[in-house]
Amino acid sequence: MESKDYLKDISEIKDLMNKSSRFISLSGLSGILAGVYALIGAAVAYWLVMNYSQGTLRLDGPIYQLVMLDLFLIALLSAVTGIFLTTRKAKKHGAKIWDATSRRLVFNFLIPLIAGGLYILIILSQGKYGQAGGLMLIFYGLALVNASKYSIGDICYLGYVQIILGLIGAWKPGYGFWLWVLGFGVMHIIYGSWMHFKYDVKNK
Amino acid sequence: MSIITNINKVFDHRIRLGIMSILMVNEYADFNMLKELLGATDGNLASHTKALENAEYIMVEKQFIGRKPNTRYSTTKLGRAAFKKHIEALEKLINK
Repeated sequence: MESKDYLKDISEIKDLMNKSSRFISLSGLSGILAGVYALIGAAVAYWLVMNYSQGTLRLDGPIYQLVMLDLFLIALLSAVTGIFLTTRKAKKHGAKIWDATSRRLVFNFLIPLIAGGLYILIILSQGKYGQAGGLMLIFYGLALVNASKYSIGDICYLGYVQIILGLIGAWKPGYGFWLWVLGFGVMHIIYGSWMHFKYDVKNK
Repeated sequence: MSIITNINKVFDHRIRLGIMSILMVNEYADFNMLKELLGATDGNLASHTKALENAEYIMVEKQFIGRKPNTRYSTTKLGRAAFKKHIEALEKLINK
């Protein structure tokens, strides 16, 4: 009879350790949607480049600016969806959305992401665009691995995959586009579904 | 019998165990953070932090953030060792 109490003690200790140091209300569904946006965005970019730019992307053309706008919209939509669904999930759990744990998570996620984003913009402005796809994957992967320490630990696996895809992209720049589609599109959908079923569906 | 002796009386309360759990994985926590996470009242929490402080398991640091007083807590070496021993004793009891 007593050991049942001790078991409760242990699970309460674990719960408090997690709750006080990690922000775990991330929604798996937002990962799936981010993947879908990336696939749609990539299809739009592919269609633009194939039909209006003879299959290659020139840095001075209007198509390039449209592709950049397309990329920006994917990032914006993914972020908005992520924030919206995560807020909803946190509310359902009675967790606070903006506390020490979520602040720490966002901060640590953004450091590699912003540094990488600026770096990519700089090399693009210097006309070196062959590596952009691979670099996006690498920096995004590093951001995920960094963030995983302050959230659901499983996020690091998605990060590792993105880093590997990014390195392949650096090695074979010709496949940059398809690796980008695989990393930001397909992997997000696979990972998001996995998280959705592991944490969201099971706990209902 | 030897297992029972490792169960630490100081931790024999939900709130105290909670305070230690939070401080084990965080560099420090302030009073309000502990209050929110544990769902305890001011007076209740204060008496339990005092007990842990008297046992020298936690350190208290009072400071001002702007004009607001802020009390933050962190574990001592002694506290960490005692907590680990306590958890091991709990695990042994469960696995028995």
